[in-house]
Amino acid sequence: MKPMIWRSLAALTCAAIISPALAADEPRRGGTLVQAIQGTPRHLNPAVQSGIATGQPGAQLFAAPLRYDENWDPQPYLAESWETSDDGLTVTLNLVKGATFHDGKPITSKDVAFSIKTVQENHPFKTMFAPVESVETPDDTTAVLKLSKPHPALMLAMSSQLLPIIPQHVYGDGQDPKAHPQNSENVVGSGPFKLVEFSRDQHIIMERNENFFIEGRPYVDRIIMRIIKDGSARTIAIENGEVWLSAFEQNARDIARMKKSDKLVVTPEGYGAIGPLAWVAFNTKKGPTADVKVRQAIAYAIDRNFILKALFLGTAKEARTGIHPDSPFYNPDVEPYDVDLDKANALLDEAGYAKGDDGTRFKLVLDYGWASIKPPAEYLKPQLKKVGIDIEVRASPDFPTWAKRISNHDFDMTWDVVFNWGDPVIGVHRTYDSNNIKEGVIWSNTQQYENAKIDEIMDAAGRETDPAKRKEMYAKFQQILANDLPVYWAYTLPYHTISNEKVMNPPRGIWATSSPLDRVWLAE
Amino acid sequence: MALLISVLQRIGYALALLIAVLVLNFLLMHAAPGDIADTIAQDMGGADAEVMERIRRDYGLDLPVWQQLLRYIGNVAQGDLGYSFFFQVPVTDLLIERVPATLLLVITAQLLAILVGVILGVIAARRPNGFGSHMVTLLALFGYSAPVFWTGIMLLICFSLWVPLFPSGGMQDVTLEGGLFERVLDVARHMVLPVITLASIFLALYSRLCRASMLEVLGADYIRTAKAKGLSEGGIVFKHALKNALSPVVTLAGLQFSAVVSGAVLVETVFSWPGLGTLALQSILARDTPTILGILFFSSLVVVVVNLITDLVLRLIDPRIRTGAA
Repeated sequence: MKPMIWRSLAALTCAAIISPALAADEPRRGGTLVQAIQGTPRHLNPAVQSGIATGQPGAQLFAAPLRYDENWDPQPYLAESWETSDDGLTVTLNLVKGATFHDGKPITSKDVAFSIKTVQENHPFKTMFAPVESVETPDDTTAVLKLSKPHPALMLAMSSQLLPIIPQHVYGDGQDPKAHPQNSENVVGSGPFKLVEFSRDQHIIMERNENFFIEGRPYVDRIIMRIIKDGSARTIAIENGEVWLSAFEQNARDIARMKKSDKLVVTPEGYGAIGPLAWVAFNTKKGPTADVKVRQAIAYAIDRNFILKALFLGTAKEARTGIHPDSPFYNPDVEPYDVDLDKANALLDEAGYAKGDDGTRFKLVLDYGWASIKPPAEYLKPQLKKVGIDIEVRASPDFPTWAKRISNHDFDMTWDVVFNWGDPVIGVHRTYDSNNIKEGVIWSNTQQYENAKIDEIMDAAGRETDPAKRKEMYAKFQQILANDLPVYWAYTLPYHTISNEKVMNPPRGIWATSSPLDRVWLAE
Repeated sequence: MALLISVLQRIGYALALLIAVLVLNFLLMHAAPGDIADTIAQDMGGADAEVMERIRRDYGLDLPVWQQLLRYIGNVAQGDLGYSFFFQVPVTDLLIERVPATLLLVITAQLLAILVGVILGVIAARRPNGFGSHMVTLLALFGYSAPVFWTGIMLLICFSLWVPLFPSGGMQDVTLEGGLFERVLDVARHMVLPVITLASIFLALYSRLCRASMLEVLGADYIRTAKAKGLSEGGIVFKHALKNALSPVVTLAGLQFSAVVSGAVLVETVFSWPGLGTLALQSILARDTPTILGILFFSSLVVVVVNLITDLVLRLIDPRIRTGAA
């Protein structure tokens, strides 16, 4: 008995001293990871359904050609290597040999070609694969993508949930892939986990894929994603240890409280490619906000620090441009519009909007579409009053009502949240591209902003293969936008990943939990 | 015979009511700005014009409203509630999936509320100005006025976080391995907090109503007669008074049942209960018109049927209704 105690004591001491190193070195197999997700996905096939609801389970069920590390560098996944030709018009993927789908059939280059075609035809982000003209398949493990123009955004578009490799022999049976019955049950995937059960509004149960193409992975036996929509209930489930992992948490108070727990690990890292930005969009074609001076004045009148510190308790980061601060393309050297009421007043005077007898210059309607951005929306009313702008805050009862107003350009100003989705070509261009002013389409260029110079830079940056030159172009892009200010960028959504201390290697890449969890393991 | 005619008459009313419900709800849904294409775009983080147009075309949203309405009513008449825009499965399947969970929750909560409410009401009525009566009133008013989601979250904090007796939500523990008995027990454990939360709203109504109607009955002449005859206190209260005092409670229970969906929405959301309420909320937010219409149709069906049953039960416990004398 005595030696036993001694030994375990020694082990404990050792573990305490070297545990970080040990933790990274010796993953333990087995166990069930219970994760909370915030809504029921429509189905589980990310090839035909974007968004994080489908992406979180989707990235477990399907593998993509590439995965990204936290430094935004592509890493081999289903493609063990890849090369781009000098002219940038040919991208060759060499697939892992011997990889199989969940039904045991081999994953071939034909499936890659089929997956790209399916995404091209059905995914809402048309820019991802638009330049791909054809995919040649000289042999089973080589896929050659032929492009009409160089397209550096392709790399990010081939990672995470954006390009799930789906089996042609299942989803190519002639049925509409968007409504395919096997999107929700009997899913045949290529990823580290296989679907056991998808029960709407309850849970998604997945088990370890024994034949996963990465030897020895994944480490956990099962992942149960519990669907818990109510934020408070989710917090309680995390705090009482029923749930061990939850991402995309954004309630500042809950985050602040959970940070105090020594059993939980709370981090804002890992959302760079998701890139959620909250901003005030202006109608640049109608009313006082059509004048750039008015837009700049409003920006100078807003105290971003108040929003960050008082409304979000320091959980959100500052956003100065249309590109997320974690992105390699982010340019912090633009006019930040730090609060300056004198400057705001001067600009408004210059624009010809003198204060009336009651101190008011003009009236604007400020929209918002959902509850979580009510505080910053309400904040603008008293704040802009200080420079003589009378704000009427108009809440929409639900998302479609708001979307209709904004997408039909029936607004002065609105709070909005838009995601970067990896490469600027995918999620950033759409907001500023003058060819993307589309009535009835939310998250198009609803500001109706037009600048030929910006269009030109976006077009050039979209095809520039040299990362350094590309970065320069986007730096310029952000600078021009910060002067024109079709949008006042305020903050990043305070997304946080919360995990139990027993969860090792929780995802820290750029796609948060919309990435494969094959490296996650559970401590005893 | 009179019963048959009255039942047939009621079925006639019910059909007219159901058609009115369908038409009205359909038009209301279409009067609201925005549609499923917007919410699908929201879910996807954006979509281009071509995708949006295709969604609208796929779901027949580009047709004139009256054509959509006629087509819908025609389908319902054939027992087809259509396809959920959001989940892309038949609405009937969704309802069949969800109804049992909601019924389990609502019926249990109702029975608990009636049982406890009647007992509390009787206690309160025995000594209308006593301490017990005031406590019952206080409790009832508290339960009635506290927002149900607040009650739910408070219960969760107390009995799931601080004293971890019950799970934080859901209907079952999927990691549980065991036989039927263990699984029934597991569901029961998951039910405790949501049932108490839901019952707390109804409890107030039943206890107050029972108290009031007991007080009225206890003052009646025939109770004095019973007392004069020398019957025991318990016999008078339970056999003579309560039986008469119950009929308003039963009527109310019938009416309350129509709250099958409305009352359960918040409770189900707080406790992640996979029932109709969760589905209703989700469909409303997503503008999933066929599902919302299906749920509303089902709820009105429930109201109609329950009212019919309430009538029959009242006939059983109150002979005055049976004979038509009042």
